[in-house]
Amino acid sequence: MNDPRTYDEERLGRLIGLLEPAPEGWVRAAREIPAFRQMLDEIVARAEADRAFHDALVADLEAAMADAGYEPEPRMVEELRRELGRDGRPVA
Amino acid sequence: MPAQRATSRLSDTDLVQRCRAGSPEAWNELVGRFSRYVYAICSRGFGLAPEDAEDAFQEVFTRVYSRLDTLRDDAAIRPWIAQLTRRVCLDRVTSSAHEQPVEEVADDRLERTIEELDEAFSIREALEELGEPCHELLDRFFARDESYRTISEELDIPSGTIASRISRCLGKLRSELEGRNPGDPPSGVQR
Repeated sequence: MNDPRTYDEERLGRLIGLLEPAPEGWVRAAREIPAFRQMLDEIVARAEADRAFHDALVADLEAAMADAGYEPEPRMVEELRRELGRDGRPVA
Repeated sequence: MPAQRATSRLSDTDLVQRCRAGSPEAWNELVGRFSRYVYAICSRGFGLAPEDAEDAFQEVFTRVYSRLDTLRDDAAIRPWIAQLTRRVCLDRVTSSAHEQPVEEVADDRLERTIEELDEAFSIREALEELGEPCHELLDRFFARDESYRTISEELDIPSGTIASRISRCLGKLRSELEGRNPGDPPSGVQR
């Protein structure tokens, strides 16, 4: 840490100003990560256990999610597409 | 109405342990505590465009969430987050901006910026210790770039007194910093 004697008002003000708030929406989305991951894990686990559900997701991801009661939110759709695409089959 | 305080007095160690235990409140707190720091590294340090910075920001906190169990020293959450953020930003720079070599980003300027952000983080911790109204006043003026008029309206204090209040609060902040032992451990380490 710097010598406290160098902390004149101008320097303190500048340093405080370096850490401006992140956009509220970004912070809100970051706070939702645990719930997001939980839902993602739940859908993937269900797809692994239920072949018909898996095939429905692969055929039409957003429709299958909606039919199963999940909101096909774009970030979730993108992440699921990546997860389900790992076995090499394209996900619609 | 005054904005909610960004941090609490919970140590980083306690915060990490509560996050590991699955506390939603602790996770909210962790994001609040480090969001400005991650944002500043992405935007000021690496100069990422807003859309890239947003993706990097979310990726950093996703990694923090999923890899928290791998953190060896809970008190070292801040440098760990800094390292994750640098890695994520570098990945983004190399994958999306082939016209600019990585070496040009990870230069001395970047190092100096991140050193300054570390120092700014320590100042912010001292600011938290000051409590209100100084915390709110200094944050609004310097970090949120609010005018005297806005601050006056939001905090219901006469605009003519704001400059002198800011000066007094900066004096208190300097005293707080002077009262700290230079050998004190950084962010989150139990004092």
